[in-house]
Amino acid sequence: MTLLDVTLLLPLLGFVALLLLPRSAENTIRLAALVISLIVFVLSLGLTIPFYETPSGNAFVTDVPWIRTPEIRYHVGVDGLSIWLVILSTLLTPISVLVSWKYIDNRVKEFYAFLLLLEFGLIGVFVAWDLFLFYVFWEVCLVPMYFLIGIWGHERRIYAAVKFFLYTMAGSVLMLAAIIYLFNKAQTFDYVNILNLLQSGRLVLSSTEQMALFLAFFFAFAIKVPLFPLHTWLPDAHVEAPTAGSVMLAAVMLKMGTYGIVRFCLPLFPSASRECAPWIAALAIIGIIYGALVALVQPNMKKLVAYSSVSHLGFVVLGIFSFTQNGLDGAVYQMLNHGISTGALFMLVGYCYERTHSLEIKDYGGVATPAPVLATVFLITSLASIGLPTLNNFVGEFLVLQGTAQVNFTWTVLAAIGVILGAAYMLWLYQRAFLGETNEQLKGHMADLNARELAAALPLLILMVWMGVYTKSFLPTISAANARVLEQSKQGVEFRVDLNPHPGLAQLGEIAHGR
Amino acid sequence: MEHLWLIPALPLAGFALNGTVGKRLPQIAVSLIAVAMPVLSFLWVLKTLSSLGSLETAYIERYFTWIESGALNIGVDFMVDRLTAVMLLVVTGIGSLIHLYAVGYMAHEGGYYRFFAYLNLFMFFMLTLVLGANYLLMFVGWEGVGLCSYLLIGFYFVRKSAADAAKKAFIVNRIGDFGYTLALFLMFVQFGSLDFGKVFAAVAPMPVEHSAGLLTAIALLLFVGATGKSAQIPLYVWLPDAMEGPTPVSALIHAATMVTAGVYMVARSAVIYQHAPLAMEVVAIIGLLTAVLAATIGITQYDIKKVFAYSTVSQLGYMFLACGVGAFAAGIYHVVTHAFFKALLFLGAGSVIHALEGEQDLRQMGGLRKKIPITFAVLCCAWVAIAGIPPFAGYFSKDEILLAAHHHHPWMYWVGVVTAAMTAFYVSRAMFLCFFGQYRGHHHPHESPFIMWGPLAVLAALSLFGGWYFKVPNYLAPLFPLAEGGHEMALVAISVAAGVLGIGVAYVLYVVKPGLADSIASALGGFYKLVYNKYLVDELYDAAVVRPIVHGSRSLLWRVVDVGLIDGCVNGTATLARGVGGVLRAFQSGNIRNYAAWVTLGSVAVLVVLGIAVGGAR
Repeated sequence: MTLLDVTLLLPLLGFVALLLLPRSAENTIRLAALVISLIVFVLSLGLTIPFYETPSGNAFVTDVPWIRTPEIRYHVGVDGLSIWLVILSTLLTPISVLVSWKYIDNRVKEFYAFLLLLEFGLIGVFVAWDLFLFYVFWEVCLVPMYFLIGIWGHERRIYAAVKFFLYTMAGSVLMLAAIIYLFNKAQTFDYVNILNLLQSGRLVLSSTEQMALFLAFFFAFAIKVPLFPLHTWLPDAHVEAPTAGSVMLAAVMLKMGTYGIVRFCLPLFPSASRECAPWIAALAIIGIIYGALVALVQPNMKKLVAYSSVSHLGFVVLGIFSFTQNGLDGAVYQMLNHGISTGALFMLVGYCYERTHSLEIKDYGGVATPAPVLATVFLITSLASIGLPTLNNFVGEFLVLQGTAQVNFTWTVLAAIGVILGAAYMLWLYQRAFLGETNEQLKGHMADLNARELAAALPLLILMVWMGVYTKSFLPTISAANARVLEQSKQGVEFRVDLNPHPGLAQLGEIAHGR
Repeated sequence: MEHLWLIPALPLAGFALNGTVGKRLPQIAVSLIAVAMPVLSFLWVLKTLSSLGSLETAYIERYFTWIESGALNIGVDFMVDRLTAVMLLVVTGIGSLIHLYAVGYMAHEGGYYRFFAYLNLFMFFMLTLVLGANYLLMFVGWEGVGLCSYLLIGFYFVRKSAADAAKKAFIVNRIGDFGYTLALFLMFVQFGSLDFGKVFAAVAPMPVEHSAGLLTAIALLLFVGATGKSAQIPLYVWLPDAMEGPTPVSALIHAATMVTAGVYMVARSAVIYQHAPLAMEVVAIIGLLTAVLAATIGITQYDIKKVFAYSTVSQLGYMFLACGVGAFAAGIYHVVTHAFFKALLFLGAGSVIHALEGEQDLRQMGGLRKKIPITFAVLCCAWVAIAGIPPFAGYFSKDEILLAAHHHHPWMYWVGVVTAAMTAFYVSRAMFLCFFGQYRGHHHPHESPFIMWGPLAVLAALSLFGGWYFKVPNYLAPLFPLAEGGHEMALVAISVAAGVLGIGVAYVLYVVKPGLADSIASALGGFYKLVYNKYLVDELYDAAVVRPIVHGSRSLLWRVVDVGLIDGCVNGTATLARGVGGVLRAFQSGNIRNYAAWVTLGSVAVLVVLGIAVGGAR
């Protein structure tokens, strides 16, 4: 048993343990969930140790058979790409426990059990190196989230839960088909083996096959991201989900999609990925601007943050499909950043909801006067979200745009418009909710953050600054893993990749010359 | 090691202290922390500069790597050369004085600790901006001062106008930053670095672009950033609104330091601009246009802070004119003298406002010279300085700029002279309306305490003699060689005469024949109204940009595209989903054992199906 196995299985044990506790022992259940998830978090920190020595390595690999026929292996491990996503999952789980402490008062046992099951699934997705195992974890995540929304959500929870479920299923069915197809060709589900076969030429996919498989995988991932125009499940799911559900959904689950693209699509199907890159980049840019514009006019706080996620994740996808070191590094960094800042935003919106039972912006106003600490935390989080330098998102956005600028300057110009709009919708939200005269109806209801609420927010605030200032703690491992992905994504590329490093510049010159 | 990092770190410590525990500290402790930090920072600047000596070449300290990805390597590196030295002295020197003044000015305001925490944070970012040795670190300061500007404009956040102004400042600056960051991306793609040293070394041997090219694009994009931060056409609209902030903020951020960051950035990038004459021409023309336009608006305003705000916009225009015609040293010279007299004007105005318990309308003032004589005396020093009367501060720098403009294009000189006359006029108008004639208000004016007029006295001395004493262009000569040829006395005399004329006309209109100004205004009718309403630029932007974006997003993108079109397509699935939802609801017994059973069953089902599928495929 490696440390990774323990980290992965402990939440599952916790899930079972919680189910065994008596239903009435609500505080014991909460405490147990908190303790278990904290232990998992501490263990997961240990996973980083090997990477300080060799940032480019794989670590904690376990490869044992799980099912004989068809041969499915329990093959797990972490590298620079997955390590931080694992830690993101293990960090946000105890935070979600804290956030739900008072908020969830019915079926407490089931709630926390599902939260731990979700954590199990999420960690599994990020560490699985067997395609079938990956698929199993992918589906394991779906179930608890479906129930979190469906049972503890708001009025239209069933609609949102089913929409979420079907949307995701539509994609994952295709992915399953693609996985099975690959198995038939390669006689293995093992990702590492398949990759070796492909790279050594012992397994050859025709360009049609490659394109079809790429699209099947990509479709599943793109729904999860969500990439425009596959995003409409997201606002509904977020609005209806309980706070912890929104936090886990935004912070970690969306990253399953972008992680999948980097982990599987690029290395397995390099030619198809590159061939589709301009189209996907176009959708990403539309998503960046469209998401921001629609966020601007949302009357509901959660919907606003949900649409802002569409915009932010557009940057991630754009960075990935720039096929540059900077773009990929920025994209992966941005996955973590978005997890932290948007996770925090949903948490804070949840705090507001607990006090007033409203998500409508117009029901707020002047909250900064009765709740200055809440207002300050919200402001810092908003500033992180809009990419203020010294906070985390700036680094990611900068790298993404810098990477994009190396391949197509027009993309950079368009995507950078999203940065302006980002400031507009967040600061407008902040002004309407927190500044001005205190709304009469709020008086007496807007208590400031208590110690528990602040404790849940504080780690995220610290990370915003840490990841914005001292990227050396995180970026080298990510960069090393991405260098490998980039190398893999050049293998056997059939058609000539556009080698002109900056066609955008030529266009710019032409514009300047008035041609 | 000179420990340059201490210069910004000291105010950062002040921010951290007051920001976290300031609420629980007594006011005196908050003030002590808040003032001590910039003062210590100033002393450290002095100590550093004296030990660095002549600074013929840049001195660099490297701390740690900020961002490393592939070929991109951005370090947290600080650099001091003569240009930085000038800026450091202005920022920490004037900054310390204004902090001291604010202790008196803000004494009875709520949120005292918050105010000083923000002000210290501003110092940190401003010092990072001028010390940064690469474009990205400069951008950290650049955005950071923008944040502090946002926080301080919106200091009285309960007032909607203040919150609006703060948001406007941030977003308009973001539009400028859009250009700045695009310039950075181009720069890195082209030169593989954002370090000043490497970029300039790469640019220096390149041929001058006589027709537009890459360097022109970079230079113009950088200038877009400058138009935001330094309030130039077309992005100047946030600065007048920024006067919603407390007056010391207007003096420190929106007059003396932050708004000159754009000038500093352009001067820092001089090598790039010198290779892009077209971009220089644009800088000069935008600067000149802004100078004229803002001066005309300044003439018509009645809010004393608004007058000075438009004056700042106008004076910044002069600085860009200087840069645009190649007289970078003159531009920085004007940054320095302007910092002296404009900080003084604002702080003096603050003293007036303080005396009148918040009154800012010039029509409610008058005859104050006897009631608040110290304030009057110090403001007179700023008055003669900005009007360009020799040998006071503004005269020297403005003279340098106008001569350089004449050397470039004589018509630019003449427009500059007309603007100089208008400058002298609007400041004189404000002074006459405020201090001469009869008191028209109904407050009981009282002189400000020593802690306020002490700093004013220092600034007054600087406004009078600072231009003569600090020969900035000579000091900067290693960076920006002095212009050839002597001063043409006729041109100097004309510009001085323009200043005197401006004062004279104002004297006639507002002291000798009060009322004449109003009849001239009504004779001009529509035109006067247009200028008084700031050429309706805000309304134009609102109608042409803000409303279309908001309404288009709401009615078209959200309601039609998102809800109608995309979700409409999903509706087919949604109908199906309702059916499935009905089935799934039956599963929701609420019994966890059932759920667990379903999860297990589902997984097994998947495996079985898969086994069959795979087996069948074989």
